[in-house]
Amino acid sequence: MTAAASTAAPQPAAEPARPSAGPWRRALGRLRRNRSAMIAAVGLLLIVLACVLAPLYANTIAHTDPFTSNASGTAIVNGARVPVLAQSTEGLGLGVTPIGPTWDPGGYFLGADSQGRDVMARLLYGGRNSLLIGLSSAVLCCALATVLGVLAGYFGGWIDAVLSRFFDVIWAFPVYLLAICLSVVLLTSGLHLGPIHIDAGSLALPVVIIALIYVPYVARPLRGQVMALRNKEFLHAAVGLGASDLRIMRREVLPNVLPTVVVFLPLMTALNMLTESALSFLSVGVQSPDASWGTIINDGLALLYTRPAITIAAGLCVGLTAVALNVLGDGVRDALDPNARLRGGV
Amino acid sequence: MKRITAITGAALLAVGVAACSGGGGATASGTDPAGQPAQTAAAGFQEQHKGGTLRLLAKAGDGTLDPHINYSNGNWQVFQALYDGLVSFRKVGGKASYDIVPDLAAEMPQVSADGKTYTFKLREGVAFATGDPVTVDDVVASFRRIFRVSGPTSGTFYSGIVGAAECVKKPAGCTLDKGVVADAAANTVTINLVAADSEFLQKLALPHAVVLPKGTPDKDQGTTPIPGTGPYKVESYNPNKLMKLVRNPHFKEWSRDAQPQGYPDEIDYSYGLTPEAAVTAVQNGQADWIFDPLPADRLTEIGTSYAQQAHVNPLAAFWYIPVNVNLAPFDKPEAREALQWAFDKNALVKMFGGANVAQPACTILPPAFPGHADFCDFPQQDLAKAKELVQKSGTAGQEVSVVVADDEVSKQIGEYVRSALTQIGYQAKLKVISTNIHFTYIQNTKNKVQLSVSQWYADYPAASNFINVLLSCASFREGSDASINISGFCDKDVDAKIAEAMKLDQSDTAASGKLWGELDRELMKQGPIVPLFNPKQIDFVSKNVGNYQFHAQFHALLDQMWVK
Repeated sequence: MTAAASTAAPQPAAEPARPSAGPWRRALGRLRRNRSAMIAAVGLLLIVLACVLAPLYANTIAHTDPFTSNASGTAIVNGARVPVLAQSTEGLGLGVTPIGPTWDPGGYFLGADSQGRDVMARLLYGGRNSLLIGLSSAVLCCALATVLGVLAGYFGGWIDAVLSRFFDVIWAFPVYLLAICLSVVLLTSGLHLGPIHIDAGSLALPVVIIALIYVPYVARPLRGQVMALRNKEFLHAAVGLGASDLRIMRREVLPNVLPTVVVFLPLMTALNMLTESALSFLSVGVQSPDASWGTIINDGLALLYTRPAITIAAGLCVGLTAVALNVLGDGVRDALDPNARLRGGV
Repeated sequence: MKRITAITGAALLAVGVAACSGGGGATASGTDPAGQPAQTAAAGFQEQHKGGTLRLLAKAGDGTLDPHINYSNGNWQVFQALYDGLVSFRKVGGKASYDIVPDLAAEMPQVSADGKTYTFKLREGVAFATGDPVTVDDVVASFRRIFRVSGPTSGTFYSGIVGAAECVKKPAGCTLDKGVVADAAANTVTINLVAADSEFLQKLALPHAVVLPKGTPDKDQGTTPIPGTGPYKVESYNPNKLMKLVRNPHFKEWSRDAQPQGYPDEIDYSYGLTPEAAVTAVQNGQADWIFDPLPADRLTEIGTSYAQQAHVNPLAAFWYIPVNVNLAPFDKPEAREALQWAFDKNALVKMFGGANVAQPACTILPPAFPGHADFCDFPQQDLAKAKELVQKSGTAGQEVSVVVADDEVSKQIGEYVRSALTQIGYQAKLKVISTNIHFTYIQNTKNKVQLSVSQWYADYPAASNFINVLLSCASFREGSDASINISGFCDKDVDAKIAEAMKLDQSDTAASGKLWGELDRELMKQGPIVPLFNPKQIDFVSKNVGNYQFHAQFHALLDQMWVK
């Protein structure tokens, strides 16, 4: 027996109850009927698809290596061969300007960066890393937070006290300050903690750092939810039937907090992706030769005056993806949270 | 080494000593925007341009105001208008700015036959900004103070003075009683060296050897101005906001070569604006000059729409890759030679701002620098040859880290280097670390840095300031943050030739120049350093500014700009 099943609100008249549909299926149905969430999901899917197909674009369409400098290279624009990095020939001849957007998918669609690399190809490859880090860190964060939040909320006492103080300590630091500090330290020599070894330049490093700093933000609400569940009758019943703590947590508590975790997942993915972008922008996130949208914004910063498309394109990617994830997250919350549904019905 | 603290590294050098007397006749050519030779002689003072306020901008203040301690390009430039030493570099633009001229000394010193004794006759009638006359006691006290405040070059540039070794060990008790001797009656100061030093006068012409009032406390004066003898004095200094210079009421021009009077009545050096905002301020006439390197994406605009306000001058400097010859894979000569072929230096020049902002470097010694030989044994990138050499060395596939500072240019160059290393067969990674620690980090052998990107700006015009400092055995100190021989290169034969060249510097500059050139070529073959390019300085001034002069040693002569 679960609270999700036992406390389900009565179905409204407009939505005839289907006895065979479980709470998850009903939530999915509600999500499908949420137009904003569906638009966001489709948008997100397109972004993900484009990023997944980055090698296809780079190798077969643009014929470029987005990780190799091409400062002395040339490109064909409007039938004429031009240098990718053009030396100014007017006046004193100061400065070099990368090729601008050609709007030709065949090469330099969004222009070149200071290294003469194709920005479009880098944007797609960078998106893979941004999304990967955002999602991986969100999953890791939610998994850790679920374990810690359930333990603290279920057992209470000294376990709760210790874990809560741990959350407090992390919470006491401004998120970005903590992330930057950890990144600066770990980027020098990597993470070597017992059996865990992560190289300094590895993508796993920002994943772990971002996941850790957000654990309290997810774990605290889960802890509160579990504490509330402890007084529910179904839990007392399980205890009375002699179920072990592990079994109660696994079979009774976890299914009840899972919808909350599922709601957190897209929201944390968006938040973590933004954090990754910020860290990479500050050069303490994704490290060369890898790219992310944050590193591309950083690359474009030095060309903001002459080639703003680099920064704008990467910024738009981050912004649109974050908005899509947030709208989708809101949709998931509305679909899973009966209270939210009631709010919507008022 | 980053631009602002470009000269800091020389604090770490172990400069050898050789023969006696004056400095090398260095040359450096500057050009104005029209490509004309820069001004090479001091014109007479033009009274009609006197007055007004010169407004300078920098992103941040450049540290202490104490000239015996500060070791930054920014404040060294300002100190030219505030302080004087016994001798100085001639304060004009162009080639002649490397000449040593008497400053507080009435004439060039008398040098003993063995080159160990310098006797200076002090100029009379010169006063500090307080009104007190400059005496031989001030000179002696100033030399003592260099050691008592543990000046950054006290153990290097001035370590050849008799008694300096004890002073370095026990700064507080420093007397230099046998090293710097005053004769008040004759108004002379005699400096005794333990051995002849062909570069001693050049070292005396640096701000670390300026003369301060004898009562100046023996500790860093920080933001408290110390009275000087120059045409200006510091009225106020807040390193986060403003340094305000006003005329020194006690200054009377005694030598136009050494210390000409300045044009503006006031010089306001404001801090805090980003270089982007500073460029806009100069364009709008709200400021007159920018200290910081110009943003790369504004160069084209400045070079076209504001060409008359931009001045481009070559620097006695280079960007280079120190190659750690003691760590795999670059302990193999073939691997080092591969590096010499691996990089397209024209591409690197593009990343720095283009062909008019830098030029590809083939040699360690910059063009038009003493000892420079015009050769180019690795004229262009040859990836196939580099790959072949990597294969031959048996190091293909090895991991290589390139350590760079986190400023924009260094990161771009590091990324290019990483990319090229990958192309020739290494598993290359870029390691970006804070500019604040980069320079010391790459020097320390404990950090096992294989390759890095660094810069070297000459402290003074002498070939030894590059080759001896960067590649002699004495400059290599294992496990130390102060091991300016970052490559860890130590070759006894090369050391012997360096010593010979330094000895020749005094007696036969042509022969020494030839020897330095040969050394340069030999070192290029051994490959402890990969020179990348020689940068140029771009000064962007407002349309109000006239009489811009570029000093090869201290760059734009600020107080010689007129705004009226």
